[in-house]
Amino acid sequence: MNMLVAENLTAGYGGVDILHSCSFAVGAGEIAVIVGPNGAGKSTAMKAILGMLPLRTGRVTLEGADITGLSPQARVAAGMGFVPQNDNVFPTLTVEENLEMGAFIRRDCYQDTMESVYALFPVLREKRRQPAGELSGGQRQQVAVGRALMTQPKVLILDEPTAGVSPIVMDELFDRIIDIARSGLSILMVEQNARQALAIADRGYVLVQGRNRFTASGETLLADPEVRRSFLGG
Amino acid sequence: MPIRKFAVPSSEAEIPDFLNAIVLLANFVVIPATAYGAQLALGALGVTLVYSVLRFANFAHGDLMAFGTAATILIVWLFQGWGVSLAPLPTAILALPLGMIITCLLALGTDRFVYRFYRHQRSPAIVFVMVSVGVMFIYNALTRFLIGVDDRRFEDGERFIVTVIGFREATGLDQGLALRTSQVLTVIVMVLVTTAVFWFLRSTRTGKSMRAYSDNEDLALLSGINPDRVVLVTWMLAASLATIAGVLYGLDKSFRPFTYFQILLPIFAAAIVGGIGQPFGAVAGGFIIAFSEVALTYAWRGFLTHILPPDLIPAGLVQILSVEYKFAVSFLILVIVLLVRPTGIIRGRVF
Amino acid sequence: MSRIARPLALYAVMASLIVAVGFIQSWTVALSITNLALISAIMTLGVNIQWGYGGLFNAGIVGFAALGGVAAVLVAMPPVTDSWIAGGTNLGLAGLAILGTIGAAVFVRGRTHGRRRTWATLFTILAGYIVMRIFLDPASDAIEAINPSIQGYLGGLGLPVLVAWPVGGLFAAGAAYLVGKVALGLRADYLAIATLGIAEIILAILKNENWLTRGVKNVTGIPRPIPSERTFQTIGWVSELGHSFGLSPAMTAAIANRLGYALLFLLVLGTILWLAERALNSPWGRMMRAIRDNQDAAEAMGKDVTRRHLQVFVLGSAVVGIAGAMLVTLDGQFTPTAYTPLRYTFVIWVMVILGGSGNNWGAVLGGFVVWYTWVMAEPIGNHLAAALADLLPAGWLRSHILDSAPHLRPFLMGMILLLCLRFAPRGLIPERRAPSTRKPEVN
Ligand SMILES: Nc1ncnc2c1ncn2[C@@H]1O[C@H](COP(=O)(O)OP(=O)(O)OP(=O)(O)O)[C@@H](O)[C@H]1O
Ligand SMILES: [Mg+2]
Repeated sequence: MNMLVAENLTAGYGGVDILHSCSFAVGAGEIAVIVGPNGAGKSTAMKAILGMLPLRTGRVTLEGADITGLSPQARVAAGMGFVPQNDNVFPTLTVEENLEMGAFIRRDCYQDTMESVYALFPVLREKRRQPAGELSGGQRQQVAVGRALMTQPKVLILDEPTAGVSPIVMDELFDRIIDIARSGLSILMVEQNARQALAIADRGYVLVQGRNRFTASGETLLADPEVRRSFLGG
Repeated sequence: MPIRKFAVPSSEAEIPDFLNAIVLLANFVVIPATAYGAQLALGALGVTLVYSVLRFANFAHGDLMAFGTAATILIVWLFQGWGVSLAPLPTAILALPLGMIITCLLALGTDRFVYRFYRHQRSPAIVFVMVSVGVMFIYNALTRFLIGVDDRRFEDGERFIVTVIGFREATGLDQGLALRTSQVLTVIVMVLVTTAVFWFLRSTRTGKSMRAYSDNEDLALLSGINPDRVVLVTWMLAASLATIAGVLYGLDKSFRPFTYFQILLPIFAAAIVGGIGQPFGAVAGGFIIAFSEVALTYAWRGFLTHILPPDLIPAGLVQILSVEYKFAVSFLILVIVLLVRPTGIIRGRVF
Repeated sequence: MSRIARPLALYAVMASLIVAVGFIQSWTVALSITNLALISAIMTLGVNIQWGYGGLFNAGIVGFAALGGVAAVLVAMPPVTDSWIAGGTNLGLAGLAILGTIGAAVFVRGRTHGRRRTWATLFTILAGYIVMRIFLDPASDAIEAINPSIQGYLGGLGLPVLVAWPVGGLFAAGAAYLVGKVALGLRADYLAIATLGIAEIILAILKNENWLTRGVKNVTGIPRPIPSERTFQTIGWVSELGHSFGLSPAMTAAIANRLGYALLFLLVLGTILWLAERALNSPWGRMMRAIRDNQDAAEAMGKDVTRRHLQVFVLGSAVVGIAGAMLVTLDGQFTPTAYTPLRYTFVIWVMVILGGSGNNWGAVLGGFVVWYTWVMAEPIGNHLAAALADLLPAGWLRSHILDSAPHLRPFLMGMILLLCLRFAPRGLIPERRAPSTRKPEVN
């Protein structure tokens, strides 16, 4: 069964449509990856799925329930975790406070979740008293992912989690994301490093000018000569 | 011939003079500047909190202080009429919590009927500043309606902890030292209040959510932090701080609505010097401004006569600026900070 | 069509309100209101240049107006020769000290770097200041001792008072340049705070440097550009003209005097308005508005936004300074204590916002409407209070309400500002926006 389904999304900023009938889906415990050139509308699609943009058409369901009418906060409460592309930490708050704020809507004890985030990203435990703004780019991304995990979401939505980090850190992050998926979470992520991302993807979407251009499993897309030529640099 | 209690065998004549110099300095610079600094710190803390959460320089803060003080004074009069007092402490301390509540209600009402609209519109900061000017007019009119425009003294109870004469008799020094109840009270209240505010911001869930909201509004929304609640708490803190600062200032000096508009400049300067949006910086900034203001407008000649040999004592007053220019000091420091380090001593927001 | 009809109608209403005062109260009152409204309108134009063209918030209008005002003293009053003899030398030396300090500061800055540069500059300026004070203090004492009851200051240059108007503009422009250099290019509200500060300092100087302005002792008897009422009474044809309208010679003279000022002010207002409109519709004006509407885009296109902002800030302040000089000319005296921020900064803001920020015709109308309201608030407040008090038994509350009548003014001003910002943010006469400069609607 699909965990998260977004169908026929048409949306944009103030009258101008950026997305034209895009559809995405993630199965339970799967990794779905969206790739595409800069300005294709990938971030816009994420915002639309999170309810941060009004939709002109389309609907979003989570575990089969229609959540199209919910506010972003309500969607987070319903089980969506989101890591935005930019400004995805609270810079003057410490790492630990960032995680706490991630758990803001939870009323139960979240110590266990925090422990599991620290287990996933051990460096965060070392830096937990340090303001997030003082961390390196890669560490900051870990805080951002950790913050999103604090609500114990069913699906984690990541917008370019590896933007601006070195190749080694990037591999590391990909490994962690696979770990997260193995623990049963569904992951929908946007990636610039298309080759690597598609390699771990159960489903891949190539988005061009706000439209679904190719949709297939990651493997198939990697093998497709046209995708290779146009989007993976040969 | 005063009795020399601190007489030391060697160089008998110099030591008491040195002590006299210190007492003089304490009496005319350190004590007044500390009390004034505490008042500015509380004011600047309120400005900086509003700034960091609502993101605008609140021009109505001075008049909010004036309103809070006026409300407190009315309650003081009421208590005095009933014969309720807290002697030897001023009755104002008893009235302060009620004054704070009234001022909180005013601030919350203002937010509901004025600021909220612009927040939902996501108006630029400068529109908020303009709106706060309108609010300033209204607060000003309200304060004047409540209590008029005259000078009001409302300090009652024991006015002095140490009097000039008492100090001279006790120490045998030529220089006297006065320590007023209001000054000591100001410093104690300021320490308690700022500690409480810092603790609140650092350690409570609500306080952290305020800081998170100030850091990154969008991410705070995504984390389920309720902006209306953050704003509500911010206004309550700002209004309470404004009332406390205003009442302490009024106890120390006197209450006149117009001076509360003028004190806006040193308060803004303190907030910017400290790094706007930085609570700790605001408190530090308050003391920096106060000490500079007092030190630059103090006539140092008296002090120098005690420590310099007679032939080196200058003829003039050795006063860098006359007292009328005390607001110039805030401005000068402001200009220097803007030129040299626009982020303030603790990195605040510049853009 | 309505682009012309609406302003026309609003101006007509305003004019008839003033005429009504003429019929009901008196023509001298109506003309006095008009004269101050004209000056307010010029100030509002100046602020509109800053806010409407550039989006800059000047919270120190009162300071620039006062600087303009002091120009009237320094230009038009006769020089006090004794004061110059008594203090001139030291004053000259103090002036040299200032120049020397500036020179030394520039020299020091050229020779140092980084943090040390800041401290070296500050130290140089402090040392220069102390040297300046060594000369200024005796000069000031000597000057203030000369005939203190009516002089005790340097006097002016004894030039025609009309010369003071452009000079007032220059004074204000100079101060604006300095503040703008410091505060522009940072957050928008830093300019507001910095201007608030400079105004306080200008006022403090004008109140306390007695050798320059007589301070709180005021300067009276500033020469007038228009013949006084008494002179008008002696002019035969004026009295006769008044007589044919059934006016007494005294009344005729009063009206003629005020009318003279009104014409003079109208001439200045017209000139500035014409220049402002031309500037607004020139390529420069279009660029300014483009910067205001989308600063980031303008910056990306390589426009030096801070420099442009400095231009409008200086220009706008100069206009305020001119109006300040005109105000003192009209009063015939310079009264530093009269400059309160509420009256000269924030009320001007109400005028700009109500009139229509960005629209010069709106700014002028705003100046008239708000000044009229300001004047009328007092009698209306008294009436309201009296009516309210009549309903109450004699006692504490009743007298309190009667005493509170004057507080209606700030309340009204605040209400106009808030209601306007909320419900008509574009003002009575909204800005005409060329389609190309409209900001793309986001969200
Ligand atoms: N807030 C906004 N207002 C108006 N237009 C926007 C906004 N955000 C993005 N756009 C426009 O929408 C289009 C798609 O932007 P989007 O950020 O979704 O691209 P993207 O695929 O995420 O690109 P990248 O790989 O660079 O992150 C772009 O043309 C962009 O200019
Ligand atoms: Mg993107």
